[in-house]
Amino acid sequence: MDAPALPVTLESPESWQVAGPRLRTATEESTWVRWLLVGSTLLFLTLVLFVPLAAIFAEALRKGWEAYFASFDNANFWAAVRLTFLATGISVPANLIFGVAASWAIAKFDFRGKSLLITLIDLPFAVSPVVSGLIYVLLFGMTGWLGPWLATNDIQIIFAVPGIVLATIFVTFPFVARELIPLMQEQGSEEEQAAISLGANGWQTFFRVTLPNVKWALLYGVILSTARAMGEFGAVSVVSGHIRGKTNTLPLHIEVLYNEYNFVAAFAVASLLTLLALVTLVLKTTLEWRIQRDLEEASRSV
Amino acid sequence: MKSISSFSAFTLLLALLPLVGGCGSSTAANKSGAPAAASSASGSKTPVTLLNVSYDPTRELYEEFNSDFAKHYQEETGTPVTIEQSHGGAGKQARAVIDGLKADVVTLAIAYDIDQIAELTGLFPKDWQKRLDNNSCPYTSTIVFLVRAGNPKQIKDWDDLVRDGVEVITPNPKTSGGARYNYLGAWGYALKKFGNDEQKARDFVKKLYEHVPVLGSGARDSTTTFVQREQGDVLITWENEALLALKELGAEKFEIVVPSVSILAEPPVTVVDKNAAAHGAQEVAEAYLKYLYSPAGQRLAAKHFYRPSLKEQADPEDLKRFAEIEMFNVDEVFGGWPEAQAKHFNDGGIFDVIQEEIASSK
Repeated sequence: MDAPALPVTLESPESWQVAGPRLRTATEESTWVRWLLVGSTLLFLTLVLFVPLAAIFAEALRKGWEAYFASFDNANFWAAVRLTFLATGISVPANLIFGVAASWAIAKFDFRGKSLLITLIDLPFAVSPVVSGLIYVLLFGMTGWLGPWLATNDIQIIFAVPGIVLATIFVTFPFVARELIPLMQEQGSEEEQAAISLGANGWQTFFRVTLPNVKWALLYGVILSTARAMGEFGAVSVVSGHIRGKTNTLPLHIEVLYNEYNFVAAFAVASLLTLLALVTLVLKTTLEWRIQRDLEEASRSV
Repeated sequence: MKSISSFSAFTLLLALLPLVGGCGSSTAANKSGAPAAASSASGSKTPVTLLNVSYDPTRELYEEFNSDFAKHYQEETGTPVTIEQSHGGAGKQARAVIDGLKADVVTLAIAYDIDQIAELTGLFPKDWQKRLDNNSCPYTSTIVFLVRAGNPKQIKDWDDLVRDGVEVITPNPKTSGGARYNYLGAWGYALKKFGNDEQKARDFVKKLYEHVPVLGSGARDSTTTFVQREQGDVLITWENEALLALKELGAEKFEIVVPSVSILAEPPVTVVDKNAAAHGAQEVAEAYLKYLYSPAGQRLAAKHFYRPSLKEQADPEDLKRFAEIEMFNVDEVFGGWPEAQAKHFNDGGIFDVIQEEIASSK
């Protein structure tokens, strides 16, 4: 063994640099390995993402644009659109208010049961959507806990719009809070303390300091829960009752069309949901960039 | 720069919130507007809405039947009727009615599911099946096989389903009425073949389910698995469902195979008295079911591939599509639905045990 094989010498950094290229650095792979990795990633993405996405539009347009647009000329379709927007329109603001309140409490205050609250917020992520639907059937169904009481008072919750809204709220529950908590924790409560010591009351502090600091993350959470609310299938399917033109949301309407051999219409409606998802994706990416900046600013100021 | 982009994004937020909220309020406005418009159109009589909770393959039948009945009823009585439909596996649908889905009439695959509703909710009397002719079955059907064109696996009878390399598609008997007929059809065939040897019948059915790669939730679910996703070699299904698949998807792609013996499927109907009475729809609901037995209803049933209970009412051309087939019924071979259900399909029944055995042997 030749001892000075490594040209690294303490006295001259230049010689180390000159000799450098002869050694392969740890992060540099040979060309074929790089192409193999990039290629297999692209292949995988093509197979599981791009091809199915393209297939939706190809199937929807298989019989031409006329057949595509004819799919939307249907009373049950518009009823499904209205119901989907109604469920989204109620569940998203509800989760917005809850999400802000919960993450504010968690990030800015210390109290007993805080970790329990965090766990509860994550619960809808962990529970299968079908189970989330069944929870409401067990609670509000005729054989459930509250069913008989609801029936005597003529209140219909499951197999009607309220049940669908409740199920949607449940599955979109964590999105806003989960986005806000890390950012708020990172930001700390110094700015709020400063505001209060300068004489601001609670609401002023909240609206002028806390809320502006998290606005991008909040919007991000809202967009995510909107997307999920519109696309939710499992939980809504369980509580819907599948009454055409009444309790079918867009995803359920797609299932009905598909099951009736109406493949063009099924994929046409699916393409609408896909377009909504793509819009969401663009908004989401833009916001991610903004949130990143907010986070960097927060950590710089610490 | 920062102020411009944050301003634009913030206006986005402002634009988004009223949009989301606005959709809700516009729907609410629609809702309150709808009854007003409807009542002005009806004149003297108040319109009635009927909810028919049905099983999976009846979608096309009831779509046509409903508009036909609505026209007929308005001509007869002057009352406008809107009929709402819900479809799914029969067991699942019965469960939904038990859990509080406000069905005015149920038109399900098997009597047992309707018995369950009567038993658990008391919404209508337990002897409901005596209220209409032919055990409250306006139409019947049977179980046949659907195979791919040219019958590449040469499937001719129940025996061929358990041959090596044959994949069988059938739904889950727990949620689907049709699937229970499929199961009992196979069992009945095996009893006949093996001289009423219960153990051999059980082995045959177990072997059959070893050939099933996936259990769908309802008949239609399994049909799309077979025809659209092209899984499996043979689909065990309702005769009406098989004939409809041929019509919808092309007779050149599939063939129907009629087994040597099959089971008579009797899908019954009944009014859910208390639900219908609660919103004044009892009369309409009864007229609706009676209309199924009328010449018009029977003709429509035959047109949509159900065997009409009053053959003379149907179009003879439609009747030609039904093959001559030797059939046994649930009462003769299994002692009626309550017994068949308890023995085979309830929790811990033979189907569950078979499924466990198959799962543990894999």
